Amino acid sequence: MRHLADNIKDSLIVGGVAFLLFGPFLGLQLTDGTNGNLALATRPVLLAIAVGLSIAARFLLLLWQDHRATRVPAVKLAAAVTKSGKYVAPALLIFAITLPLIPGIDNSYVDLGVLIMTYVMLGWGLNIVVGLAGLLDLGYVAFYAVGAYSFALLSHYFNFTFWECLPLCGILAAAWGIFLGFPVLRLRGDYLAIVTLAFGEIIRLVITNWVSLTGGPNGIYDIPHPTLFGLTFDMAGGPGTVSNFFHIDPDPSQRTTYLYYIILALALLTNWVTLRLRRQPLGRAWEALREDEIACRSLGINLRNTKLTAFAIGAMFGGFAGCFFATRQAFISPDSFTFIESATVLAIVVLGGAGSQLGVALAAIVMIGVPALLQDLQIYRMLIFGIALVTIMVVRPRGFISTRTPSVSLGKAKIISSDMISEGHG
Amino acid sequence: MAYALQQLVNGITLGMIYGLIAVGYTMVYGIIGMINFAHGDVFMVGAFVGIIVLTALTGVTSVPMGILAALILSAGVCALYGFSIERVAYRPLRGSFRLAPLISAIGMSILLENYVQTSQGALERAIPVAVPGGFVLMNENGFVVQLSWMQIAIVVVTLVTLGIFTYIVTKTPLGRSMRAVEQDAKMAALLGIDTNRTISYTFIIGSALAAVAGVMFLLYYGVIDFYIGFNAGIKAFTAAVLGGIGSLPGAVLGGLLIGLIEAFWSGYATVAYKDVAVYSILAIVLMFMPTGLLGRNDIEKV
Repeated sequence: MRHLADNIKDSLIVGGVAFLLFGPFLGLQLTDGTNGNLALATRPVLLAIAVGLSIAARFLLLLWQDHRATRVPAVKLAAAVTKSGKYVAPALLIFAITLPLIPGIDNSYVDLGVLIMTYVMLGWGLNIVVGLAGLLDLGYVAFYAVGAYSFALLSHYFNFTFWECLPLCGILAAAWGIFLGFPVLRLRGDYLAIVTLAFGEIIRLVITNWVSLTGGPNGIYDIPHPTLFGLTFDMAGGPGTVSNFFHIDPDPSQRTTYLYYIILALALLTNWVTLRLRRQPLGRAWEALREDEIACRSLGINLRNTKLTAFAIGAMFGGFAGCFFATRQAFISPDSFTFIESATVLAIVVLGGAGSQLGVALAAIVMIGVPALLQDLQIYRMLIFGIALVTIMVVRPRGFISTRTPSVSLGKAKIISSDMISEGHG
Repeated sequence: MAYALQQLVNGITLGMIYGLIAVGYTMVYGIIGMINFAHGDVFMVGAFVGIIVLTALTGVTSVPMGILAALILSAGVCALYGFSIERVAYRPLRGSFRLAPLISAIGMSILLENYVQTSQGALERAIPVAVPGGFVLMNENGFVVQLSWMQIAIVVVTLVTLGIFTYIVTKTPLGRSMRAVEQDAKMAALLGIDTNRTISYTFIIGSALAAVAGVMFLLYYGVIDFYIGFNAGIKAFTAAVLGGIGSLPGAVLGGLLIGLIEAFWSGYATVAYKDVAVYSILAIVLMFMPTGLLGRNDIEKV
């Protein structure tokens, strides 16, 4: 138990540090001065507020720590979360399926649902690579971009439709996964991370600079929307449209709802494939690879095939998601495929508790849904996103769902803490 | 010939800046084994403190004194940033899951970028050329190879900074404890080294080096915005990996190589694909030397 005087002293030191940290940025501001030179303006009030908040935050944190130290630390929060997980997952699924059917729901919420489901799918796809096989991939957005641009280019030059392209995009992305996977087979840990990041950047830079093919930074316009058995969702409502066929009034919400169910189906497909694969030899080989590469090799598991299939299958789902993204937006440009996207998806996987399907879905809802609702705070949105990432990581380093049920077990499968699960070195 | 010489001069200048940032990456990696993604943004913060100090001192002091003040103040503020970032975002996660500090670092990077953007504006900020002129190295059929004073200053300041840094790491008690913690943190702690303090100093020194690089970048290019940290950070990290992460001479070597590749690729091939060239060379080098140029080959015991 620390004494109040100590706490106050500590908080004041933090205040001093905060003054020096914030001084140049919040206390001063660069402005345009005379004849093109820069000038400085002062903002003492803002600086005082920031320093005051830092002191208060530090003081409250110390008080809370004292309080926590005196309390009996017998909270079985993790067990409770896991137990309720049995009900949360089906409840979420039912909510996801019925969301667009809620009477009077605003179209923008369904649209937000589409966005969240896209990230859920990306998270589940990356989870195969990071959560199951333990390969740290910082360039996952490359496969998302491959999927999106495959569809955009095929439809632009050859008039392919969404449903024709969807499998092609998956195959192309998987092929890129294998192609990029080969050179990195020998690399481990952070060397692997930086090369995957480099591949992500290479693909983005090539797309940006190959103007004659991809339109460069201007992107590709007029990507067709998906059709329902050949029926389009045209607002004009002429022959061959959904509204005309079913004799209903054309409404933008019809297309959003359709898109929502497509991405929901794709995401559930990803989840189903992952869950099935985990029980099969391939999935078990992935998890063995994550736990111990050398033991894995000495047991006769083919590392090359195991790593490449993880890359390929993860990439394939990234490709599907990319194809969907292109058809949803109807316009894509290289700006959508920056490193920040890879980082966001990786953050979703880690925040969810790497390897947990439900955790990834919850993390996607929190990380994508909450900032999207903060539209009014547009300029502070990413600032809040950054603060949230750091805070959540510090509070729950193992992610939301930090327990796991082993895929294979002798006798009854017991839930174990994820501290007992290795994160892989490949 | 003259053209190649000019590219060589430009490449070395750029490489020195990358090398300075790469040293910070490689030090942190060596000592706690994490990729400090926020390091590139500390470099950007350094450049901004530099521009603020230079603006404040315009007309108050002479130009060399202003630059010196910018270097010292920027290094001080950034050292404090490095220290605070480690305390807030990384220390609580020490000994935890390997990906946790990585995500925390990515969060810190996003946070710093947007903090500078919201507090100082998203506009590019430019300063007039601080030290104009230079001297002519070579004149070949009218093509003048110029070595500007600024380039000389960058190389000199970088070499002096690296010299001080090498002295700290190899000769002082602090450097000894840093190397000890790098080799085996647990054993170092058993022998009475305060590992937490050593790690804090590592961040302080690395951030101060990044700040020097930031001010150099500002003076060399004259234009900065809140986003420069990302590209420079990725390049410097690439440099650290290329040289063999954890190796200090490797970081400087990697930085120089990346700078030279960029300069020569821009000069002889296409500017647009210079980053593609850098990343491709990284991938190719790592394919054949999976631990970088000067990296140690870890022997894994089972």
